Amino acid sequence: MKVEILTPDKTLFSGDADVVTVPGINGSLQILENHAPMIANLKKGSLSIKSKDGKQQFDVTGGLVEVLKNNVIVLV
Amino acid sequence: MPSQKEIRSRISSTISTQQITKAMKLVSATKLRKASDAIVRMRPYAEKLKGIMANLQDSIEDPQLAVYFQTREVKNVLLVVITSDRGLCGAFNSNVIKRTRQILTEKYAEQSKSGNVTLLCIGKKGAEFMRKLKYNVDATYMQTLTVLDAEKAFELGEHVLQSFRNGTYDQVEVVFNQFKNAATQILTNEVILPVTPQVKSVDAKKVMVNDYLFEPNKVQILQDLIPRSVKTQIYRAMLDSLASEHGARMVAMDKATENAGELLFSLRLAYNQARQAAITREISEIVGGVAALEG
Repeated sequence: MKVEILTPDKTLFSGDADVVTVPGINGSLQILENHAPMIANLKKGSLSIKSKDGKQQFDVTGGLVEVLKNNVIVLV
Repeated sequence: MPSQKEIRSRISSTISTQQITKAMKLVSATKLRKASDAIVRMRPYAEKLKGIMANLQDSIEDPQLAVYFQTREVKNVLLVVITSDRGLCGAFNSNVIKRTRQILTEKYAEQSKSGNVTLLCIGKKGAEFMRKLKYNVDATYMQTLTVLDAEKAFELGEHVLQSFRNGTYDQVEVVFNQFKNAATQILTNEVILPVTPQVKSVDAKKVMVNDYLFEPNKVQILQDLIPRSVKTQIYRAMLDSLASEHGARMVAMDKATENAGELLFSLRLAYNQARQAAITREISEIVGGVAALEG
């Protein structure tokens, strides 16, 4: 699935990933391939992306995530 | 007629002025490119935000969110005035100032008379000018534009939202130059708080509403989303203003360089005329002298 992390200043990450873990407001959320459409609030925490090339981590201070048709967009 | 020496010194000072304006034009062109890149970079973020907002439109009337939409009796007004830190950019700053004063005397005449309008000035020029006119100026965020990034703009946004929520201000309006292209700025004033719900009519139907799962729920997401979009709006206004400033300066400096060129042309003409007149005078003096000797 395709993942994009957007901030108002720039695109932090853009590419393919297998697993995305985001700090949902009521606990961690893991998003895998073919996840149902979802919009969720994020709280402060760390966001990790696992892809073929390895694992990447980002610290976020809150935000939103939208999942739609294997496109994950994180607004922080 | 001025002497040759006078004209020569004017020519050399005009040349150095022209060099300065030319350099400033080039600097502005580079800064303009940077600033418009920043606008392009924030566009996907703003668009996605708008998209999600459209998907949540049906929950917008929830009473928990009323604080952002409710129109209260307008007693206290906050005007966010975005100008630049530096001058030499044509009518850029004076346009904003003029519009601000117009708003103050027309739209918010009553509030202005009783001293209930606060001007949150971003950019040195506006702050200094408004202070001179004895308006109520809040210059806490005056320096935000010097090194503009989203974090600072959001901090300012949070401050504005906070004072709107706790009732310090009943209405918040922004006055700024919207960036169209390098040569054109559109002077804009927008009410950002209370939030005007987006037009629901035609556009809403076009947006495909998906069956989303909402985590934790629509209203809570909107509670995060609405302030975020207001902050993004403020940030966007600042970016636009910054790009407009450099565009305006570039045009002003280009014009100045051109004018210096014209001035140089006429100065050189005058110089050559003066030189020729001096030569002619000398020749006639010599001829006159020779004639006197022979006579």
